[in-house]
Order: sequence, then structure tokens, then C-alpha cells
Amino acid sequence: MSKQRKAIALISGGLDSMLAAKTIMEQGVHVEGINFFTGFCVEGHTHAIREKDKAKPKRNNSLWVAEQLGMKLHIVDVIEEYKNVLINPKHGYGAHMNPCLDCKIFMVNKAKQWIVENDFDFIITGEVIGQRPMSQRKATMPIVAKESGADDLLLRPLCAKNLPATLPEREGWVDREKLHDITGRSRKPQIAMAEQFGIDDYSQPAGGCCFLTDKSYSAKLVDLWKSQGHKEYQLDDVMLLKVGRHIRPQPNFKLIVAREEGEGRFLQGYKNEFISMISVSHRGPLVLIDGTPSAEDLYLAAQITARFGQGREAEQVDVDVTMLDGSERTLQVKPIREEDMPKAWYV
Amino acid sequence: MTIETLTARRLLCPLPVIRTQDKVKQLKVGDRLEVICTDPGVMQDIPAWCRINGHKVIEATSGNHEYTILLEVGSS
Ligand code: SF4
Repeated sequence: MSKQRKAIALISGGLDSMLAAKTIMEQGVHVEGINFFTGFCVEGHTHAIREKDKAKPKRNNSLWVAEQLGMKLHIVDVIEEYKNVLINPKHGYGAHMNPCLDCKIFMVNKAKQWIVENDFDFIITGEVIGQRPMSQRKATMPIVAKESGADDLLLRPLCAKNLPATLPEREGWVDREKLHDITGRSRKPQIAMAEQFGIDDYSQPAGGCCFLTDKSYSAKLVDLWKSQGHKEYQLDDVMLLKVGRHIRPQPNFKLIVAREEGEGRFLQGYKNEFISMISVSHRGPLVLIDGTPSAEDLYLAAQITARFGQGREAEQVDVDVTMLDGSERTLQVKPIREEDMPKAWYV
Repeated sequence: MTIETLTARRLLCPLPVIRTQDKVKQLKVGDRLEVICTDPGVMQDIPAWCRINGHKVIEATSGNHEYTILLEVGSS
């Protein structure tokens, strides 16, 4: 009896990687999933911080896909290693701060290491030629295979017929004839294939799989890098960019204003690491101050804090300020007027 | 059987799952792990992760904006 081959499938939680894994499972190959957590992944839960998004499904799509397909899923924390990909992408950024091509190379390389350590035979991705302008072009397919070191152990079942045969195909581990030849941006072939497999509930995240493809998130990241004068970051920094309204009145400080209760609770967890403000004479949101504000800056920050509370039209609002050393004081301020807050302050 | 506790407060999905996954790797079949989180998503994700990997959720409780899951390590 021939040996049962084993493949690891890169699972993003979207439809394409799900179909790619399913296509290979159907051929009798043992498939397990791998999902990399970069710190920028879009997850229902990040949205779930916000009360207003409570109706949105909070499931983790990768886990859900794995469960639907009946396969194991390995979630790998690559936060630290990913920093180098994002900070110095050899192939540059996409439309926003998304280093997609370098990211793909990085992930396939990690998968290659994984198959070596775990005695698996090959790697599957859900890539489709022409699907994405930067990372999924015919010209980039060999770049990913080569620079990741996976070479012909990297099989893309959804578009394999448009690419040279890989080792799993040449060796007969999978039947090339049963693979696909999808190209382009149309989703119709994938939707038809999903129907064929009886898959009717899948996630199609509009903004792709990560925050780095999001315009407003990318703007906040660039602002963070500019303000600190370098591109290094900690996970908390990039998590906080996902939450609240970010307002930078001066280069040396910014405010993170909770937009509602859920965000307030989340920001509460960071209170010891930032100067924080909250209006006490009127209801208002928790505000964190990031940077090195002067006493004058703090006064301005308190006026802005007051503007986002129910005292916005009041003559005077009391704002409690908690400093980094835990000391507290109350500032009595007149809320800043909307017209005195230039649009450019909003990051 | 040992019972261990893992604190994953403030971590957002999927970090609590990753921390659980890594901790379970160090435990033996039949051991129990209590995971304390603040992201409500864990109420779905940790049970899903357990189902996929053959572990058993003994109890999932919530209160005061905290979510606690007690699981038993399976043989997978
Ligand atoms: S969208 Fe994000 S996770 Fe996906 S390839 Fe691009 S950088 Fe990587």
C-alpha cells in the first residue's frame, strides 16, 4: 500500500484556503491547517470589543473552517518574527501598509519549517493567479515558492493547472487532473466549487485578512511610526490602533478616545501604562494620552476629553487626570469647540 | 491529575487560544486547565479548539466581564 501523504494547508479563514484544503483532502491526503497570528489579523473579536458590533459573529474563522473540514488547526504566534516583514519588506507595500508579497513568502517559509519538523510532505495555499494585484500575480507565484524555500513542495490547488507541475503532482501524491485552473478576480468559480462541496456558510472579509489592508488603520500605523521616529512596535501598540478614536493635536502626544462602553472597558486595561482622563462632572469616555504632553498639552487634552462627553456644550467640565505615577488631579476646563478641532488632528 | 490555571486577561482572540494550545502541550491526558480571559470570543473559540483537537470543556462560566473555561486534556 502506498504511504498516505500529509499536507499542511495555510488557513486564513476565508473561502479560498478552505477550498484548497478541501480539494486535497478529497484526494485522500491527510491535511492539517496552519494559521499564523501576526498581530494584525482581522478577527470578529477585535470588533467585538465594541458593543455596537455585538450582533456580528464572534467566531474565529480559521477555527471554524478547520472544524467544518474536520481537520486539526495549528495557530502559530509569529508576532515577533513578523515585525521584520512589516518593517523592512523587500518587495514593498501594497495599496496601504500591507507587505503582502513578503508576508506570503514569510508564511510559506514558516510552513516549510513546520513540515520539516513534523514530517509532512507538502504545503497547500489558496492562492489564485490574478486574485490580488500585489501578491497573487502569475509573476509572483514562483517568487513565493523560491524565496520561501518551499520550491516545488508548494501546491496551489485552485490554480495548479495554470502553473508548472509541483512535486506532489509529479510523484502522483495528488492527481493534477483533479486540481483547478481558476484565474482572475471573479469569485464565481470559488462560489460554484463551494456549492459543489456543500459549503454554504463561509467568511468573505471585505478588507482581506488583515488590518494592514485597511486605509484608516494604515494611517494610524504610519502616524505611530512618525511620532516615535522609528518603526519598531510592541503588540500593545498595534492593538491600541484598532480601538477608539485617535486624535493628535501635537506631534508629541495623541489621545485615544473610547467610542463606547466596550472600548472603554478595553482601554481601562491600559490605564496603568498611560496618562488617562475622564470627565467626572458629566458622563464621558475614558481617554488615554500617549506621548509626552506638557502641562499645557494636558489642559488641551482635557478640553478635548470634555468635548467627547455629555458636557460638550457646558461652560465648565471637571476632568480627572491620572498620571503615570498614579497621582490624580482634576482640571476644570471649557470643552473645546468642534470648529477648533481641525480635521487633520483625527488620525 | 493536575489542575493548572492560565491567565489570559486583556488578550484578544486568537491569543487566548494560542496560549491555551501552548499550555496544553505541556500537560498530560486527564490534566485540567482553567483559562481566565476577558475577550468574550473565547466562549466560542476555546470550545471549538477543544473539539478540533480532542479535548473536553468541563465548564464555561462568565461574570463581571470575565470568562473562565475549564478543560480536560484529551488524548489526541
Ligand atoms: S493581507 Fe495581510 S496577512 Fe494577507 S498577505 Fe497581505 S499582509 Fe499578509
